[in-house]
Amino acid sequence: MEPFGYIAAADEKMAIDEAPRGTFIAGGTNMVDYMRLGVIKPTTLIDVSRLPLTNIEAAGDGVKIGALVRNSDLAYHPLIQQKYPVLAEALLSGASPQIRNMATTGGNILQRTRCPYFRDMHYAQCNKRQPGSGCAAIGGFNRSHAVLGGSPACIATNPSDMNVAMAALDATVHVHGPSGERDIAFVDFHTLPGDHPEVETVLQPGELITYVTLPAVTGKQHYLKVRDRASFAFALASAAVVLDVQGGTIHGARVALGGVGTKPWRAKEAEAALVGQAPSPAVFAKAADAALAGAKGQPTNAFKIELAKRTLVRALTEVSK
Amino acid sequence: MSEVGKPHDRVDGRLKVTGTATYAAETPVANVAHAVIVSSAASHGTIKAVDTRAALAQPGVLAVLAVGAAPKLPDANKKNSPQDKILQLLQDDALHYPDQPVAVVVADTLERAQHAAMLVASQVTEEPVALEVPGGEAYKPEHAGPRGEPDTTRGDLAAGLAAAKFKVAATYRTPVHNHHPMELHATIAAWQGDKFLTVYDATQGIFNVRDRLATIFGLDKKNVRVIDKFVGGGFGSKGSPWSHVPLAAMAAKQVGRPVKLVVTRQQMCSLTGHRPVTVQELQLGCDEKGALTAIEHKVTSETCRFDEFVEPSAIQTRMIYSCPNVVTSHRLVKLDIATPTFTRAPGEATGTYALESAMDELAYAANIDPLAFRIKNYSTTDEQEKKPFSSKELMACYTKASEAFGWSKRKMAPRSQRDGNWLVGWGMATATYPARQMPASARVTIKADGTAVVQVGTQDLGTGTYTVMTQVAADELGIAFDRITFELGDTALPEAPLSAGSMTAATVGSAVKIACQKAKQELAMRGGKGEVTVEHHNEVSKDHDKFAMHSHGAVFVEVKVDEDLGLVRVSRVVGAYAGGQILNAKTARSQLLGGVVWSIGMALVEETVRDPKTGRVITRDLADYHVPVHADVPDIQIIMVDEKDPHVNEVGAKGLGEIGNTGASAAIASAVFHATGKRIRDLPIRLDKLLPDVHA
Ligand SMILES: Cc1cc2nc3c(=O)[nH]c(=O)nc-3n(C[C@H](O)[C@H](O)[C@H](O)COP(=O)(O)OP(=O)(O)OC[C@H]3O[C@@H](n4cnc5c(N)ncnc54)[C@H](O)[C@@H]3O)c2cc1C
Ligand code: SF4
Repeated sequence: MEPFGYIAAADEKMAIDEAPRGTFIAGGTNMVDYMRLGVIKPTTLIDVSRLPLTNIEAAGDGVKIGALVRNSDLAYHPLIQQKYPVLAEALLSGASPQIRNMATTGGNILQRTRCPYFRDMHYAQCNKRQPGSGCAAIGGFNRSHAVLGGSPACIATNPSDMNVAMAALDATVHVHGPSGERDIAFVDFHTLPGDHPEVETVLQPGELITYVTLPAVTGKQHYLKVRDRASFAFALASAAVVLDVQGGTIHGARVALGGVGTKPWRAKEAEAALVGQAPSPAVFAKAADAALAGAKGQPTNAFKIELAKRTLVRALTEVSK
Repeated sequence: MSEVGKPHDRVDGRLKVTGTATYAAETPVANVAHAVIVSSAASHGTIKAVDTRAALAQPGVLAVLAVGAAPKLPDANKKNSPQDKILQLLQDDALHYPDQPVAVVVADTLERAQHAAMLVASQVTEEPVALEVPGGEAYKPEHAGPRGEPDTTRGDLAAGLAAAKFKVAATYRTPVHNHHPMELHATIAAWQGDKFLTVYDATQGIFNVRDRLATIFGLDKKNVRVIDKFVGGGFGSKGSPWSHVPLAAMAAKQVGRPVKLVVTRQQMCSLTGHRPVTVQELQLGCDEKGALTAIEHKVTSETCRFDEFVEPSAIQTRMIYSCPNVVTSHRLVKLDIATPTFTRAPGEATGTYALESAMDELAYAANIDPLAFRIKNYSTTDEQEKKPFSSKELMACYTKASEAFGWSKRKMAPRSQRDGNWLVGWGMATATYPARQMPASARVTIKADGTAVVQVGTQDLGTGTYTVMTQVAADELGIAFDRITFELGDTALPEAPLSAGSMTAATVGSAVKIACQKAKQELAMRGGKGEVTVEHHNEVSKDHDKFAMHSHGAVFVEVKVDEDLGLVRVSRVVGAYAGGQILNAKTARSQLLGGVVWSIGMALVEETVRDPKTGRVITRDLADYHVPVHADVPDIQIIMVDEKDPHVNEVGAKGLGEIGNTGASAAIASAVFHATGKRIRDLPIRLDKLLPDVHA
């Protein structure tokens, strides 16, 4: 690990004022891990974990979630359990209880990819770590990598489960930075790698995530995660679905996929294929085909295209029971 | 009542759960400096230069030992035994494998050493790497494992195959596994002058470490002391000293201070051994009634270019079933990798997977129940060695486990059971592991106050050695269990061998038993008064020449497979095992449970993946190298089958540390076949292999 400075932010203003000098740390479950690997080398850590952004409260028809709310507190909060079970399921499918007790909403949104080539500093090639150096994962072992949203520069997956539910729920991210506060639609928050995989979000330097809001949603919800073992593993494919079926017809559908996209993957095409139809295996299969229509596999991850379709079909089937 | 057999809690249990058991790296040593190994980024080639200037300029850095500028050790690669490894001690410029040590940084704190290590830059002229067993040039090694011939032929294979009514021919592949014991490999080295060296090392064999260090540094063995009071698992990886052990001693010598060196989890993928890839070709034939007429088991495994290790996967095939015509062989392919080594049930774990899978395939070809097929081919003697078994309660294992499992209700046809989205399948297999013993010494002191101290320079890998030896001593001495102290883990104590090969209970138990008897006699001769100390050197039971000695077991498994998603869950396991005298019912059960959990891992999740271009291990931590988590492990029922063995050794125990890791992975693979109708002959059985149509 590189030597680094440490500042404990006493309040939001201090955090933002200090931001140009350093990097935020919240639960530290991702940051400390990657600092120890040498992947992230902040000169100064600005510890925001003591900021009072820890509330979960009703806001209009929806809910407002502080950026420092721990993943476990969020998952078990009555408002979330009742109104956003898909979010609770997504959170509880991630990591382990110990990690969820530390991990925060803001940190989870911004967790970095698990690409093994990104995490192993011995590889010179990684465009995300070292812009312009190449991508060791393309042509390498890329079983965990994305089949949607990749570019010739990078195919790294956004690993978060929570983000998939947030994308499906049309969350809004509220940020506070040197030039004031602004709101960013969750689906626009993360960016595609394109030629610049080192840029992962639209967050500007020094901007702090303060809270996330969720609008009211109607319909039954489900998060399904498929992985190599029964627990404590990242998704090979996952699906967050909200299906509003009235009188035998799908009135509203929200679909997002995880484990397969370079960003939390909202599948509007799948939603279009569902709305107005009667739920049926054929309709679900069509929606799945639509969601994965643009997918591009690599030799060791092509199976995820079919796996993601099946995962989505299963999630839709469960939720329409 | 006898103490032996009782399910005593571990005597060191409280120390462990309260965090007060001192593992090697935790030993408080005054003035200790911290060493970090700098691993090579390049994979293979010639090390041209190692630039240590930036590292040396950092505050707190005491020394950087690097290729080209490290102290010379003329006997760096003199092996004391075949199990010793060729080490990479910064002596030459050959880069054999990724992560190979190119330098060692020593600093006053761990953090400073870690940081400085990141600043060491090496220049390597790289060469391409060969990483695949199939297609490589295979050669015949001199031995298969410490005891075995590489090749055997019994009867006439061609005739046996020609006579067969039913035949199968299949190739099975097992991947690289890393041991990943909880406790990282670690060494603290402290010199007392030039001639005396004390080492705290995480090891399965303190005496092997002592001897190797004595050889490498040209020291008298008596002047090297190795201490290891607790071991957090080894599974074979701590069976012989790896490079970091002498590197710590080199560093300590260089800086004139004790040095602690802990191998990182990432480095443990390459610097401390692995189970090699095996490719196993099997041909089996049986007659109309299911009697085996032929078995051929050809094993090819990987080894490194600069050293050799053979995974002896076909050894059990020579004796496990009755069959007149049996051919086995072992071949090696040299690759640009680090040295493979013993991994829990080396040979038998991978070998029983292939053989028992093929047995299931032949049972289906002949349309015979897989259990009935095993019973039909039961061997009552070791037909290869032409020796009787010293004891063999395998039949009772089959009966008890199958009854407890409810095997008789099984329908033969695949895909005949379903539970919602899940297809349900049942599979079974035979488990087997040799009962070994080695010479060992023990010292017993009976004190005037009626307490006793028993001392052996053995190790407790977490298996329960402290506890079971106390039980053995209690019975022999007639002294209460809690009035006896058992000491181990120090080369100042009487010599004992490696804790490996499931032989510690037999080896150390027998030495302790006889030493206790002698001490008691000695005390009686002195009229039962005062304090006596007796040391006894115990040799291996002579009966080892006359009998074939093995533990046996039978394991039955239920799996559930989600056909759409390819998910496999083991939902039930029943295993019955016969391992001679059980010394402690609780620690024995724990060993068997742990072995079965390893089998679940081997069948479904464990695989060390290498980057196809560089050979660097991709699965570098426990987030990527999957072992089963609790949610993957169902209720496992372990049945201990009574077995009296008057021949095997003085305590009658055969050892149970590894047998749990044999057979069960084949039972799982066969259960997956029974559930789905699909044979996956390439471990681990991950979901993409069960969904063949998902590959575009
Ligand atoms: C072994 C392991 C397994 C895991 N498994 C899963 C899994 O299965 N599924 C899953 O979804 N996740 C998994 N995770 C990841 C885990 O969810 C994340 O590490 C966690 O959510 C990060 O939150 P944190 O608060 O600890 O973030 P930190 O590590 O503190 O920070 C992460 C990033 O967010 C930034 N940041 C934090 N807070 C703010 C803020 N308020 N404003 C601006 N920037 C901020 C930091 O600068 C940093 O870049 C796993 C992690 C581990 C270690
Ligand atoms: S996929 Fe992205 S993160 Fe991974 S090596 Fe390529 S550029 Fe780096």
